[in-house]
Amino acid sequence: MFRYILQRLFYMLITLFIIATVTFFMMKMLPGSPLSAEDKLSEEQKAIVLEKYGLNDPVPVQYLRYMGGLVKGDLGVSFAFDNTPVTKILMDRMGPSLQLGFQSLLIGSFIGIILGLIAAVFRNGAIDYTSTIIAVLGSSIPNFVFAGILQYVFAVRLEWFPVALWGGFEYSILPTIALMIFPMATAARFIRTEMVDVLNSNFILTARAKGISEVGVVFKHGLRNGLIPLITVIGPMAVSMMTGSMVIEQIFAIPGIGEQFVTSVTLNDYPTIMGTTLLFAFLFVVIILIIDLLYGLIDPRIRVSGGNS
Amino acid sequence: MATNDQNKIPKELLVPLVRKEDTSEKISGPSRTFMQDARRAFFKNKLAVISVFLVVIIILMSIFGPQMNEYGTDDQDLTRAKMPPHVPVLEKISWLGLDGTLSGKYRGNDVEAATANAIARYDNKEEFIDIKVVDEGDGSRNSAVVDATYHIYDAKDMSDQYFWLGTDTLGRDQWTRLWEGTRVSLIIAFVAAVIGLVVGVAYGGIAGFYGGKVDNVMMRIIEILVGIPNLVVVLLMMLVLQPGITSIVVALSITGWTGMARIVRGEVLKLKNQEFVLAARTLGQSNGKVIMKHLLPNISGIIIINTMFTIPDAIFFEAFLSFIGLGIVPPDASLGSLINAGFDNLRLYPYLLVYPAVLISLIMIAFNLIGDGLRDAFDPKMHK
Repeated sequence: MFRYILQRLFYMLITLFIIATVTFFMMKMLPGSPLSAEDKLSEEQKAIVLEKYGLNDPVPVQYLRYMGGLVKGDLGVSFAFDNTPVTKILMDRMGPSLQLGFQSLLIGSFIGIILGLIAAVFRNGAIDYTSTIIAVLGSSIPNFVFAGILQYVFAVRLEWFPVALWGGFEYSILPTIALMIFPMATAARFIRTEMVDVLNSNFILTARAKGISEVGVVFKHGLRNGLIPLITVIGPMAVSMMTGSMVIEQIFAIPGIGEQFVTSVTLNDYPTIMGTTLLFAFLFVVIILIIDLLYGLIDPRIRVSGGNS
Repeated sequence: MATNDQNKIPKELLVPLVRKEDTSEKISGPSRTFMQDARRAFFKNKLAVISVFLVVIIILMSIFGPQMNEYGTDDQDLTRAKMPPHVPVLEKISWLGLDGTLSGKYRGNDVEAATANAIARYDNKEEFIDIKVVDEGDGSRNSAVVDATYHIYDAKDMSDQYFWLGTDTLGRDQWTRLWEGTRVSLIIAFVAAVIGLVVGVAYGGIAGFYGGKVDNVMMRIIEILVGIPNLVVVLLMMLVLQPGITSIVVALSITGWTGMARIVRGEVLKLKNQEFVLAARTLGQSNGKVIMKHLLPNISGIIIINTMFTIPDAIFFEAFLSFIGLGIVPPDASLGSLINAGFDNLRLYPYLLVYPAVLISLIMIAFNLIGDGLRDAFDPKMHK
């Protein structure tokens, strides 16, 4: 197991290295410079600024400098906010994004699991169909459409919640709901299929024959086994949280990572774009690693093959 | 006695058995191929069939919709900006919201102030505004509420003009732009899906079929590619390339084929050692023939299902990119950019958001339901 973790960590580093390199050179290929919109500056001033940020050096030198900084956790300095280090910008904006992500992931999958469970237990009943419809709608309709409906109905029309911005908990309710639709629908669909299988298997029959109560059968013997494969969909869920954060944070004007990314794109603020991209990549790779390790821990059959299946 | 009666069976009931052909081995129903079974299962699935109809209608509308009125995609005219939907005949039915009026609740300290607010918002055209008092108010701040309805088409002396879905902030016809946008979104989705299909099937097919070293190298490459989140790749590609349809397709295709390649490889690995392949080889079929005629038809189900699910994904990604400003550039429209524009005007002109949002949701739901239907149809366990 330890060897396996080490091996996976090594692969992770390689992936991150490739991503960082590709990102760097792609940014260098971009047309225009960060100063191309600054018409007020004279040529000399531009030259001074470029020199100060080391943008006149040959690209390989810049690359080495950037990678050197990266190892030390330094992502460079933002072009857009006077001399703020990218790391600081990202740190400042991490909070709302993480809160939103975790809230919606947890609440969403919790509700989804319950929905899927009820649907599986009362199979082909009214509840099952309702929950299937919710699942299909939830996984099909884009989250920004949901966000729009929520914002218009509950904030603009009914005025129950704030329309946008970030303050206390009540500001996070609508964005959380908009973000949690996807994990909810995915979990509901997944758990239903899994549980229908599990509830038909022989060990459930055994449990019933032993005289365990129905609740005990469903929760202790059924759900435990039905939950394991849910780990596999955490990956897509996490990705949806990331794309979702860009969209939802923009709609609700939340000062988070996603909103920062979108702003940086419009401002051509390369260091921040790179920093955000690397952060997303890092989060993604780490999540995939955790999923694989968890899976290995829970299901010993996978661990043996050591990922070389 | 009853027992006696049973023994005394009347003679006329005893008829000699006529010799018939043995039917016990006969197959009762017509024998159908797997594809016929799948087709039957699919057409029995009502939701999927309705979805197919819906998709066909949407595709037809995206082709012919923009030509159905005289306005072009980029006919800007600020004098007719932000007109609400106005449809002939349907304008008589007030609750549909297609009667060409803007309405909203306005607040003020008293009814007069609220009215003044409403009139100021609606171009000061007092004679075309109906005011309905909702709450008289008690003189405190913003306590009075009035419902104002603004007959904008009459006010602008355009009551004979019909913008079916209204106009956007630059006075462009929303109907035309909606279907143009749908066309763009669908083209992107289909092209991305087809490229993913071709590359994925070829890559996975080669890796699976030749196996050994080829497979090993090809799979390592895929593993590295899969490790890089496609969100990041797509975003980077969009930053580097000139925004537009082609770059979105390129960005989506670069990452889109890996899933298909893995699935196809797995299936090919499973099938290539089976007897029918051996038989084909023994009969002297070339590798290409074996792949094209014997392996591909057997995995076509899985390929079709996978492609059906990539289409809604691509539509979503396109909308997402256009939404965050990395996709389609104005004056072109796509569903994502229309929705983005709708959000900017959500408070006052919700109709700008409603129609593209409803349309994209319908498209996504329809494609997902078709995908589900196909998956069930190609699953032999579901055949009855």
